[in-house]
Amino acid sequence: MCFPMFKSLLELCGQYFILMRKVFSRPDRMPVFWKQLLVETEKLGMSSIAIVAIISIFIGAVIALQSSFNLESPFIPKMYVGYMTRETMVLEFSSTMVALILAGKIGSNIASEIGSMRITEQIDAMEIMGVNSANYLILPKIIASTVFNPFLMLLSFIVGLFGGWLIVSLTGIITLSQYFDGLQLDFKPHYITYSMAKMAAFSFVITSVASFFGYHAYGGSLDVGRSSTRAIVACCVIILIVNLILTQLLL
Amino acid sequence: MIRINHINKSFANTVVLHDISAEFEPGKTNLTIGASGSGKTVLLKTLVGLHEADSGEIWYDDTLFNRLPFDQKKNMRKRIGMLFQGAALFDFATVEENVMFPLTMFTDQSYAEKRERVDFCLKRVNLINAEKRYPAELSGGMQKRVGIARAIALNPSYLFCDEPNSGLDPNTAILIDNLIHEITQEYHITTIVNTHDMNSVMEIGDKVMFIHQGHKWWEGSSNDILRSDNQELNDFVFASSMTKQFRALSNK
Repeated sequence: MCFPMFKSLLELCGQYFILMRKVFSRPDRMPVFWKQLLVETEKLGMSSIAIVAIISIFIGAVIALQSSFNLESPFIPKMYVGYMTRETMVLEFSSTMVALILAGKIGSNIASEIGSMRITEQIDAMEIMGVNSANYLILPKIIASTVFNPFLMLLSFIVGLFGGWLIVSLTGIITLSQYFDGLQLDFKPHYITYSMAKMAAFSFVITSVASFFGYHAYGGSLDVGRSSTRAIVACCVIILIVNLILTQLLL
Repeated sequence: MIRINHINKSFANTVVLHDISAEFEPGKTNLTIGASGSGKTVLLKTLVGLHEADSGEIWYDDTLFNRLPFDQKKNMRKRIGMLFQGAALFDFATVEENVMFPLTMFTDQSYAEKRERVDFCLKRVNLINAEKRYPAELSGGMQKRVGIARAIALNPSYLFCDEPNSGLDPNTAILIDNLIHEITQEYHITTIVNTHDMNSVMEIGDKVMFIHQGHKWWEGSSNDILRSDNQELNDFVFASSMTKQFRALSNK
């Protein structure tokens, strides 16, 4: 029973790498590629700023509140609320959690967009003209999100800390100076680089895997929906595995 | 001219095309007819290289197309235009951008030159004042016309049309058929059209090939069909009582 599953997984991996070989070739027209890159940066990156900011501000606030409620011991300084908010945001939330959210948002968008193009023969039309459709459609998406999304991670981190500051100011659970002391306590700039690197890797996973499922969609609109769902599930699982590996390697 | 020799194609264990050989002449509208599932679309997609033939040869004039290396095949494709069953226009682009797409990808023309060519192609298919509209805002007939305009943008030597008038009303279907026929003669293109519309066969079919269960079953002109005694062809062409009466009258 395991062998057929393993075989189909291997086949899937093979198809993925064949597609990536097509994707990572020199674009037919560089000016067209740069234009597409800008379009995809706007579509996949800029349009995610609002959702990332909203989620991050609330999560930052909630982490600050929960840390404060759980630090009841008089032996632990209250500034650890700021410290815990910062560490949680930079180490996991702003990269891994935001990536999982983006997998849902841009992963489904990419898989359904490319899947619809596949079933309506738009991809075939490109191929017949002699255009490398995988390169034309997928490469700008991968580069746009791999380059732009680490800045989304940075944004999420800053906005999360702002959320913590906001809730501390509004509720007075600790003083603002305690919160800022905590933010500066034992700060390791390397964590930011680590988190941005993780986000770049996750963004590559999201765009390439979602594109793969969309590119190999067949049938009708229901099948495009199914491809989109499979893409999101696969992205989430791979992100978690990559997270584990990168954490072990980079920290 | 396109010449195919002994083409075979199968998917998994299902053989779809059996040993098909044919010649398609330039300046003529070559029709491939057959019931749904007979293998017409697979043959067309094999001819343009979207499917690889299991065996056999596909010649575009003096070039053995299906044995060309990837880069040369890619160059060859610039001489091929194709109209898909659903037009396959790019959703993300306007009519103008759709027609301009092959020009942008494969020529060094300035925007003004490309614009001029787009205007010419759209005028040729009788589509005016639609440049800024998106495919979703067009009727089926208009989408097909944009598809034809895009297919002829690079002055192709070979034009392939997969059921160009499916889903269209009879008047629009005849307009599209005539347009394909005129363009074929005007630019001396080798055109292959897949259809199961008998009006198309009678209106524009210079040469007709009937495919039955993946085999080339019959070949001739549209006039020959009326006199053919091929049972399968007659069952397909004269399926309704009206067409049977028409045939009886023509034979008298």
